[in-house]
Amino acid sequence: MTNIIETNQLTRRFNGLTAVDKLDITVESGEIFGLLGPNGAGKTTTISMLCTILKPTGGSAKVNGFDIVKQAMQVRKSIGIVFQDPSIDDRLTGRENLYMHANLYGVPSSEQKERIDRVLKLVELDDRADDLMRTYSGGMRRRLELGRGLIHYPKVLFLDEPTVGLDPQTRDHIWKYIRELKEAHDITVVLTTHYMDEADRLSDRIGIMDHGKIIALDTPSKLKETLEGDVITIKANKIDEFTALLAEKLGLTQSVIVDGGLEITVHGGKSVMPRIMEVAAANKFFIESILLREPNLEDVFLHYTGRNIRSDNTRELHGFSAIQRRKIR
Amino acid sequence: MTELRGLYTLWFREVKRYLRDRTRVISSFVQPILWLVIFGAGFGMHFAIPGVNYQQYLFPGIIGQTLLFTSMFMGISVIWDREFGFMKEILVAPISRFSLFLGKMFGDSTDALIQGLIVFALGAVLGISIDPIAFLASIPIMLLITFGLVSIGLIIASFMGSLESFGAIQTFINLPLFFLSGALFPINGPLAQGVPGWMQAASTFNPLTYGVDALRSVLLGGSYVGLQPLWVNIAVICGFDVVMIAVGTWAFSRMK
Ligand SMILES: Nc1ncnc2c1ncn2[C@@H]1O[C@H](COP(=O)(O)OP(=O)(O)OP(=O)(O)O)[C@@H](O)[C@H]1O
Ligand SMILES: [Mg+2]
Repeated sequence: MTNIIETNQLTRRFNGLTAVDKLDITVESGEIFGLLGPNGAGKTTTISMLCTILKPTGGSAKVNGFDIVKQAMQVRKSIGIVFQDPSIDDRLTGRENLYMHANLYGVPSSEQKERIDRVLKLVELDDRADDLMRTYSGGMRRRLELGRGLIHYPKVLFLDEPTVGLDPQTRDHIWKYIRELKEAHDITVVLTTHYMDEADRLSDRIGIMDHGKIIALDTPSKLKETLEGDVITIKANKIDEFTALLAEKLGLTQSVIVDGGLEITVHGGKSVMPRIMEVAAANKFFIESILLREPNLEDVFLHYTGRNIRSDNTRELHGFSAIQRRKIR
Repeated sequence: MTELRGLYTLWFREVKRYLRDRTRVISSFVQPILWLVIFGAGFGMHFAIPGVNYQQYLFPGIIGQTLLFTSMFMGISVIWDREFGFMKEILVAPISRFSLFLGKMFGDSTDALIQGLIVFALGAVLGISIDPIAFLASIPIMLLITFGLVSIGLIIASFMGSLESFGAIQTFINLPLFFLSGALFPINGPLAQGVPGWMQAASTFNPLTYGVDALRSVLLGGSYVGLQPLWVNIAVICGFDVVMIAVGTWAFSRMK
């Protein structure tokens, strides 16, 4: 397997703040690479550099064998991107936006109509294709942007939170299509998402990013294995005290509090559960609920970043305020 | 080929957006009418140009003014595109910054030209006599004028962070260029009497001076003695265009 993306100490600073910090990653040709991280981790900044719209302040990177600074034009010929933030012309219709993209990206005229019709059907906008995009809903705009990214069959497709704001059914459609495209046209996909199940199901490998650095990188299953054991989730009163008590009495130190609930990672969860109940009873703590399960990607994320990825309201706000702004204009 | 297609697409988009924006098209009627009717009549009472009726003399100037204001204003599309994110889509496209700039510039120039044509129509309605041949000859001249002026607008916009700062800079540039172009009254040449030397110097360095003079030569015919022969005017405008396009390409390649 060849590496289609290679970064070498790739760094980006914004006056004082290091958004991407000496990043070294490689993405293999043909894989789906997931980039996970809490808000502000540097995912978008990384992607912006890889697709040449942002210059690194240090280090270097190659995409499809081309240097992102010195051979920016070649890189642009190799990539496609669906941006996190809105990037359509809302004074044009959906179809016009797609034609414009096809022309800018050199899709042969003979194939344009067919590809555009197919994509419009995929994102279920064929009946609205000739309306001005300013009359679209937020989700419809997003769908069109996604479809647009799929028109020109790039070598590397960057998807920055592509499915935010889409209903589950549409998400499924789109992922199925992306996988088909990937097989048929040998496309490599780099994606960021806040939907853990999506990342888990789709990615061949996942890099977890925090404060501009990759802190874990592996296949989803390997990542989950590193957690070793089971996860016990407890809801109880005076949760802080209870946590401290469990650490003291049972040596359960691998724990975090998420949304007022306690999550403990342990070996042999089944035998630990009764002992937790005993400790609670002996010390007059009241357990509302206790649950045992296998670790998922969410736990992996939590383990490495200390944060829960679901506390992500900013992007919704982003989309919303962007729509508001459009209206004002 | 891809470059050409990209260029064409960008041109097409600008024109389509412009034509869809009715308010922009309609609002372009107001200023020229005010200048031609009110200023033309009022100023004409105190000011005589030998051999020509003042309104007739003023008309090419107002065409120049329209081209100037609309061309410069077109830069706003860069700021909008950046504000609404569409600029990113264009910037990651595999198309050279030269084609990118040209596409946008041609598109905006076409829009500005349409505004100029509207003023021609208004002029005809208001009783300005326009020779059909002269009208046709002024179209390429108008286009050449807009290339450079649109470029200035685009270049400024590519450096500006916000609509407000773009608007502020515009006022600083538009009015001096307009007043010092000889659009309203002669600044250089035999007709200019008692015009301060610094104004004459400034006017010489104003690209619009040559545009207005070229339009006058064409539209007023033999009754008007130009500041420069027509070909000199056109050569100066072309030279200006080339320089501005070069600067614009540079400005666009550093844009984020
Ligand atoms: N143009 C900019 N100027 C200044 N700081 C910036 C700029 N762009 C990004 N940053 C900062 O860089 C850091 C990383 O931002 P980035 O957008 O890459 O995060 P992200 O991982 O994509 O987050 P999210 O999940 O919210 O999309 C943040 O702290 C952000 O404030
Ligand atoms: Mg982001």
